[in-house]
Amino acid sequence: MESDNRRLKVSFIGMIVFLIGCFLVSMGVGSVDISVRDIIKSLANPGDVYMGKIIISIRLPRIIGAIVLGGALSVSGFLLQIFFGNPIAGPYVLGISSSAKLFVALSMVVLLGTGINISSLVMVVAAFIGSLLAMAVVMVLSQRVRNMSLLVVCGVMIGYICSAITEFVVTFADDTNIVNLHNWSLGSFSGISMEHVFVSFVIVSIAIVFTIIFSKPIGAFLLGENYARNMGVNIKRVRIILILLSSILSATVTAFAGPISFVGIAVPHIMRGIMKTAKPLVMVPACFLGGAIITLLCDCIARTAFAPTEISISAVTSVFLAPVVIYLLVARREVSRG
Amino acid sequence: MDKSIQLSDLKVGYGQIVVLNNIEFTIAPGEIVCLIGANGSGKSTVLKTITGQLKKLGGIVYLNGNDKSTMSEAEVAKVVSMVMTEKIHPELMTCFEVVATGRYPYTNRLGFLGENDKAAILEAIDMVGATPIIDKDFSKISDGQRQRIMLARAICQDAGVMILDEPTSFLDLQYKLDIISVIKKMARIKKVAVLMSIHELEFVPAVADKVIGIAGDEVYVLGTPKEVLTGDNLEKMYNMSSGTGDELCQGLWEYSKSIAKLLN
Repeated sequence: MESDNRRLKVSFIGMIVFLIGCFLVSMGVGSVDISVRDIIKSLANPGDVYMGKIIISIRLPRIIGAIVLGGALSVSGFLLQIFFGNPIAGPYVLGISSSAKLFVALSMVVLLGTGINISSLVMVVAAFIGSLLAMAVVMVLSQRVRNMSLLVVCGVMIGYICSAITEFVVTFADDTNIVNLHNWSLGSFSGISMEHVFVSFVIVSIAIVFTIIFSKPIGAFLLGENYARNMGVNIKRVRIILILLSSILSATVTAFAGPISFVGIAVPHIMRGIMKTAKPLVMVPACFLGGAIITLLCDCIARTAFAPTEISISAVTSVFLAPVVIYLLVARREVSRG
Repeated sequence: MDKSIQLSDLKVGYGQIVVLNNIEFTIAPGEIVCLIGANGSGKSTVLKTITGQLKKLGGIVYLNGNDKSTMSEAEVAKVVSMVMTEKIHPELMTCFEVVATGRYPYTNRLGFLGENDKAAILEAIDMVGATPIIDKDFSKISDGQRQRIMLARAICQDAGVMILDEPTSFLDLQYKLDIISVIKKMARIKKVAVLMSIHELEFVPAVADKVIGIAGDEVYVLGTPKEVLTGDNLEKMYNMSSGTGDELCQGLWEYSKSIAKLLN
């Protein structure tokens, strides 16, 4: 027990230090390289440094966005995995991200067509509705398809359908704002503004606080619904809480950064391996930190690897995280849910 | 308050389909009642209805004199504990942590274990003889050990009523004896009312105060092991051809004598 506590402490401190390191490095690298000393100086007083403007207005929102939304995405995946009682679940593979994307694109086309300027809150609401609809479809399917791998295949198909419709919408819309959606629809932090960062920070913080408040009943789900009920958990209420929290988290991500692949499914798995526990009280902050680190690193690669050309973040996350998902699918074939 | 659990005209089944009608019995604190009947006769349906996994189709379940349908989930959790046949697959949980989930109704908002929670967990683990495997990963122990841990989990829930669905199935003889003796000890010491379904009839005389036999769509017979385990009743409950029951029963009672000896 003592050694477990030490492991947690060391892991958390290690991840926080690593995240700060990643933060400073990402601030420094890019089309213009900036030294760490200048970064710290400019954060304290943006006017003093020559490159201060680049740092504050371009890189900072993007990097905080990657941290907040990357963390949110993997917490969302963790909650979905508990909901389905299976580690092979995540907002991207179940088609939830793509459905959210479709609804954001549709609402933009409709609202911009009528001349209304779309606010970031409207984008989140549209993404949330899309997420809930996809979640409803996946839940209906999960009643008929007991096999989780098959359910994932269905989810991927839902994702393809939504992406295809989004393509139509984006391609045939002539407004320049929507044409810009092309980058976003593949997953990218490039278009993120300080206002987006602020809105997502508020929403994600609230959702994470609620997740921690409900970590006890959520943890009871690890033993399955029947035992959770026997422990005194109101099953219906906790199911709704899980759906709402995981949907709002992944919807916020999709609204501002588009669908980001495999972070939600792979990071909780990696974190379980590091933390050696499945307890939500440990796993929620761990997933948040892990998701933040991995997303930040992947975004850094996305914008610097082939600079000045940027690639979508999903291209990077897929390369690194899809193998983890393949491993999960193969390794867990024998453990089917009874 | 002398009746821990009382079923009154209970009707159980799935959705619209009624499996058993008019189930009526009571279990007092410290009493062990065995539920017997053929596969598919509705034993599990009764147990799942009491634990709330299935909705009852009629009648009333009283827990300590209170109508269960008026109690909250949290209140019921302090009165009814269970070990069901469903296997659980918790990831990365030690045996201690699985047992600790039994303390759920008593821990604070975030689920931190207090000193008395820890004491109850350790006591329950000791009672089932699982102390040596306390820090092992639950997913990596044998089926027999898992059953002990699940029993310890139910014990530390400190509920007055324990529901056990075939607690001895798929275990070897020694594990069956261990589990049964823990159940007996626990019922006696902690004054728990136990309702358990069981297929191994040879264990019934050694463990049960009362036996409930199910046949058709109702409780066919209710009484002491002596009254229930008769040739005629077995023929009826297990659809055996007439005349075979007596011989079987004779052997059954012989075997159960040695079981009783092993248990004491």
